[in-house]
Amino acid sequence: MKVSLKWLSEYVDIKLTPQELADRLTMAGIEVQGVQTVGGWENVVVGEVLAVTPHPDAERLKLATVNLSSQQLTVVCAAPNIAVGQRVPFARVGAQLIDGHTGEMLTLKPAKIRGILSEGMVCSEKELGISDSHEGIMVLPSEAPIGIPLGEYLGDTIFDLDVTPNRPDCLCLIGIAREVAALTGEEVHLPEVDYQEEEQSIDSLISVDITAPELCPRYCASLVTGITISSSPVWLQQRLRSYGMRPINNVVDITNYVTLEYGQPLHAFDYHKLKGHKIIVRRAKNGEVMTTLDEVERTLDENVLVIADEEKPVAIAGIMGGWESEVTDETTAILLESANFDQATIRRGARHFQLLSEASLRFEKGLSRELPLVALKRATRLFHELAHGKVAKGVVDVYPGKLEPEGILISAEEVKRLSGLDVNIDEIVKVLTSLGFECRQTSVPSQALIFSPYWRSDINCAADLVEEAVRIIGYDKIPATRLSASLPEQEVAPRLELREKIRGIMVGLGFQEVLTYSLTSLEKLRKLSIELEPGALKVANPMTKEQEYLRPNLRAGLLAALATNQKVESGSIRLFEIGKVFLPQPVIATPSSPSLRGAQATKQSPRAENELPWEKEMLCALLSGPKASLSWRGEKGEFDFFDAKGVAENLLQGLRIAAEFKPGSDQNLSPAESAEIISEGDRIGVLGVLHPKMAQAFELDGVVCLIEIDMEKLLSKPIGQREYTPIHRFPGVSRDIALIVDEGTSYQQVESIIRSFPLVTEVTLFDLYTGEQIPQGKKSFAIRVVYQSPDRTLTDDEVNQVQQNMLDKLNQELGSILRS
Amino acid sequence: MLQQLEQIQKQASEELEKINDPKELQLWKVRYLGRKSKLTRVLRSLATLPLEERRKVGVRGNEVKNILESSLAEREKILEEARIASSLKYKKLDVTLPGQPLSVGRLHPVTQTLEEICDIFKRMGFQVVEGPDVEWDYYNFEALNIPQEHPARDMFATLWVDAEVGGGKARLLRTHTSPVQIRLMEEKRPPIRVVVPGRCYRYEATDATHESMFYQVEGLAIDKNITMADLKGTLFEFCRCVFGEERKVRFRCDYFPFVEPGAEVAIECLACHGAGCRICGYTGWVEILGAGMVHPDVLRRGGIDPQAYSGFAFGMGVERMPMLRYGIDDIRLFYANDLRFLKQF
Repeated sequence: MKVSLKWLSEYVDIKLTPQELADRLTMAGIEVQGVQTVGGWENVVVGEVLAVTPHPDAERLKLATVNLSSQQLTVVCAAPNIAVGQRVPFARVGAQLIDGHTGEMLTLKPAKIRGILSEGMVCSEKELGISDSHEGIMVLPSEAPIGIPLGEYLGDTIFDLDVTPNRPDCLCLIGIAREVAALTGEEVHLPEVDYQEEEQSIDSLISVDITAPELCPRYCASLVTGITISSSPVWLQQRLRSYGMRPINNVVDITNYVTLEYGQPLHAFDYHKLKGHKIIVRRAKNGEVMTTLDEVERTLDENVLVIADEEKPVAIAGIMGGWESEVTDETTAILLESANFDQATIRRGARHFQLLSEASLRFEKGLSRELPLVALKRATRLFHELAHGKVAKGVVDVYPGKLEPEGILISAEEVKRLSGLDVNIDEIVKVLTSLGFECRQTSVPSQALIFSPYWRSDINCAADLVEEAVRIIGYDKIPATRLSASLPEQEVAPRLELREKIRGIMVGLGFQEVLTYSLTSLEKLRKLSIELEPGALKVANPMTKEQEYLRPNLRAGLLAALATNQKVESGSIRLFEIGKVFLPQPVIATPSSPSLRGAQATKQSPRAENELPWEKEMLCALLSGPKASLSWRGEKGEFDFFDAKGVAENLLQGLRIAAEFKPGSDQNLSPAESAEIISEGDRIGVLGVLHPKMAQAFELDGVVCLIEIDMEKLLSKPIGQREYTPIHRFPGVSRDIALIVDEGTSYQQVESIIRSFPLVTEVTLFDLYTGEQIPQGKKSFAIRVVYQSPDRTLTDDEVNQVQQNMLDKLNQELGSILRS
Repeated sequence: MLQQLEQIQKQASEELEKINDPKELQLWKVRYLGRKSKLTRVLRSLATLPLEERRKVGVRGNEVKNILESSLAEREKILEEARIASSLKYKKLDVTLPGQPLSVGRLHPVTQTLEEICDIFKRMGFQVVEGPDVEWDYYNFEALNIPQEHPARDMFATLWVDAEVGGGKARLLRTHTSPVQIRLMEEKRPPIRVVVPGRCYRYEATDATHESMFYQVEGLAIDKNITMADLKGTLFEFCRCVFGEERKVRFRCDYFPFVEPGAEVAIECLACHGAGCRICGYTGWVEILGAGMVHPDVLRRGGIDPQAYSGFAFGMGVERMPMLRYGIDDIRLFYANDLRFLKQF
C-alpha cells in the first residue's frame, strides 16, 4: 500500500526522518518495502496563469502569461486545459524535465516556437515525473503559494507498505497514523466528522432490511441530495494519486478518499434509481441475474450476498455495484452505504467472479463492525463540504451482529514467558494504551484486563497482546539466549542414514546428484509406456501440462535431465537422484517409516475417503557416453551393462547388502541386457541398458545404462550387520585355472561350485574368451582361486587335492574341461 | 705369507678402483673374497704355520679381509648412486601433461545446503525428521489457523490434488513444511526439538525468483519455558554459522497465522552490504526466514497445553542461501539440472 507522508502527517506529527520512520515501522511489523521521494524539481515554481491568448502563427498553440510573483513570463503552450486563474507548475530555463513523448530526461532551454521566444514552460504531470498523464498541464490547488519552488509545495515521500493480512486496520492512513503515534509517542489527530443536517429524516426516505444477518452484521447509510457531479478538488485528486488511484468524479473520489482514510469501503447508489426506496440485504436467488458496473452480466446463487431494492439486486455486496444503480453525471441524490459483510462470503465471491477490488480485498480480511458508522459520517461530511450536498437527518444503522467486547487478561509473567522480555505491567499498560487498548486493573497487581479498540479485529488471545507490547517496545530489545530446555530423547533415523550413505557412495563412484521435479507430464509417462489408471495421482489445477502428474518413478525426470546434458556434454555423464515417487497405497502395505504415512492421522484428523499416496523413496542412476573423459592416456570405450552392474555391486557392497543378479524383463530396458537385483529372495532393483525405443523417445544418443533401487526394500534389510573374521595369518596359495564350458553355462554356476570347496577364500574371474582357440559353442573362463587355511600353511599336495576334486565336480555337473 | 697378503690387498684395491659395472663387481667379490680366493686360502692355511707367524699372518689377514669388504661396500654404494643418477637422467617426465582424468561426483547444491543447515541445528540438539509431500488441507492449513477463505491462504497459492473443499479433507501438495509441526505434536510429547527439511510446492508461474517447487527447512522446539529470546538466540547463532560473524542480522515483527508473536529474520544484503541494490529491493536487507512462538491454538490442536508449554517454530527457504552466497540470479537453474551449473558446486 502506498502512503504519502505528507498526507499521513495530517493525522500524526512526524518528527523522524523518512528513513528512521521506515525502520521503526518495519521492525514493528509493517514492512516498508520502498521509499520513494517525490520532488527535487529544480527551477520549477508555482505560477499563476494571468492571461491566455492565441498564438499569432499557429492555430493549436497558445500564449500564456504566467505570474511567478517576482516576474511575469509569457510562454508558448499547447495544452488544451490551460485557463486563466489556474495555479500551475512552471519550469524555468535549466529545469530537468521528462520529455512527454520520448520519456527521456532533458534540460529545458530557451526556444523559438513559430517565431515566439519561449523562456520556460507550463508542465504536465508526466513532464514532472508525477504520473503518466500528459493530456494537459497539471493544475495545482488554488491555495498553492505563487512563486515558491514546486518541491517545497508538492514534495513528498511515498512509503510502499506491505501490510500483513491480519492488519486490515492498517490498510488506511489513520491506521498507519495510529501505528506511528504509538511508536513515536505522538497523538493521532482524527478528521472532522460532523455536518449540518436537513429537516427531513432519512427514515422517511429509505428503509433498510437485512434478511441475511449472518452475512451482514451491520448496514449503515446516509442520504445526500442536491449534489452536482463534477471533478473533485485538486488536493483530493492528488491524494488519491499518491496512493495510485485515478480520480473519477467528486462522488466516487470522496468514497475512495474515505476508504483510504479509514479503511472502510463505501458505496454510493443513485437514490432515485432504487425501486421503492428500499434496501434489502439478502442472499441472491439461485439463477438470479444482474449486470455489474463493468457491464458484465453475472449469474448469482444463494451463496452470494446482494444489496437489492424492491425489485432486484443493485449490487453484489462488498464486491461490485450494479450497472443500473450507478452514479452518473445526472445523479443528484445518493444513498451512501457503509456496511460490514462476512469476510468468507466476500472472499469466495470475489474469487468466483474474479473481481478483486479495493473493497473486496478489505472486507475479506475482516473489518471492524464499529467502523461503518465512523466512516459513513466522515464521508457524509465531505459530501456536504465538497459537493454541497444536503444531508437528510440521521443515518440508517441496522446492526444485528453487535458483539460485546471481551477482555483478555495479560500479565508481566505471560509477556516474559513468551517473549523472554522482562517488563513490568505498567510498561505493558502504557504501550497498549498508546495503541488504543483499554486497560483495566485487576486484583492481581502484575495483571491487567485488556479491551481492544474497535478497529482491532485481530486480537483474540494473550499471545496477541504479548506481540503488541513487544513489537512497540521493540524486537531489538529481546535478548538472544541459547536454548536451555532439556534435550529430547535421541531417535535413530535409519532412512536418513541410508540416504546419506548412498549419496556418499554414489558421489564416490563419480556420480553427479540431480534433483528433478516431483510433477511430470502425461507425455513423459507415455514415453515410459506407463499405463495410467483412472485414479492416477495428478494435480487438479496444474500450472502447465509439463507438471501435471505426480511422478510414479524417477526415470522420466532423470532421462530428460540426461537428454539436456547430452546436448552440451560429449564426455561421460553419470547422474543419480534419490527421491520420492508417488503411488496409490498398496492394499497391505507396511512402509518402514510410520511418520511418512498419511493413514497415521489421529482421531482429531480428517477422515477422508481418499488416502494420502504412498511416498516411496527410490534411487535411480544413469550412465552414458565414454567411460573416461577424452585423454592422451587412451580411450577406455563406452559405458556398458557391466559398468552399471559394477556400480550396483559397489553400492550394495558399500551398504553390506548381499545381492545376486538374474536376467530381468523391465519394459524400459533392453531385453538382452537387463537384470534384476535380488537380495534374500526380494527384488530390490533393476539395472540394464535402456531399451532403444526409450532412448529414441527421450532423444538420447548412444548406450544409456540405468540402475534403479528401491530404498524402502533396502530399509527392510539389516544393513551393516556383520561379524569380525580374524585376518588369516598363514599365507594363501593362488592358482589360475582356465575352464572351457558350454556357452549357456552362467558364470555364477561355475563360481558357486568353486566356492563350495573348503579352503577357497577368493575367486576372481580375470578373462572370458570365445574364439578360434576353443570349439564353437564353448567359452573359456580364466579364474584365479586363492586357497588359505586359518591354522596352517598349506602344502602343494593339499591344494592339488582340493583343486582336483573341484575340477572333477565342475566336469561332472557342468561338463567343463580344463583348458591346457 | 705376509708379503702375499700385501700383494693381494694391493692388486684387489687397484682392480676395484676400475670397476664400474655391478656384474664385474660381483666377479671381483668372488675373486678376492670368495671361498676359492687367495685370501681365503691364506687364512685357511694358518693352521699349518708356526705359532709366531700364525699370529702375525692371522691378524694381518683379517685386517686385509675387513679392508676389502669395506672397500667393496663403498664401491657398491658408489655404483648404486651412479645407477640411480643415470636412470633419473633419462626418465625425466613432462610434468605439464594432464593427469589421468577420474570422474568426480558431487551433491546437488540444494542437498549440500540442506546438509549444512541441518548440521548446524543438529549441533544445537535438533533432530531431523520428515513428512509427506502430499498433505491434507487439515495439516497444511486448517490446523495452522488458516481455515478455508482465510485471507492468509493468499500467501500460499496451492496445487490441489483434490478440489478444495471445507473441513480440511482435500489433498494438496504441501505449500510449506509447517504441516509437519502438527504431525509431530500429535506423535510426540515435549520436549520436542526438530528440524524438517523437505520439498514444497506452489501454484506459481516460474521466473528468476519463483519456482513451483522448492525446499524448506522447518524448525520446531517445544518445552516448558521456551521464549522468543531462545528463538532469537538460536536463529542468530544459525546466521552466524552460515553468513559469518560480521554479517548484520535483523529480527523484526512479522505475521504468520500459526505463530504469535511472529517474527522475520533478515540479513544485511550480501551484494551491497546494506547500501541497497537490486537484489535486496533497495532496502539493504534480505529476508531469509519466518519464525515465531507457536500459536496457542496450534499447540492445542497438537494436543499440547499452551498454558504449560511454549515453543518456537521457524521456516526457511533453502535455495535462497546458495543464491545469495554465490550470486546465482535465477532459481530455475537448480532444477534445470544442467551439469555446467551443477559442477560449479
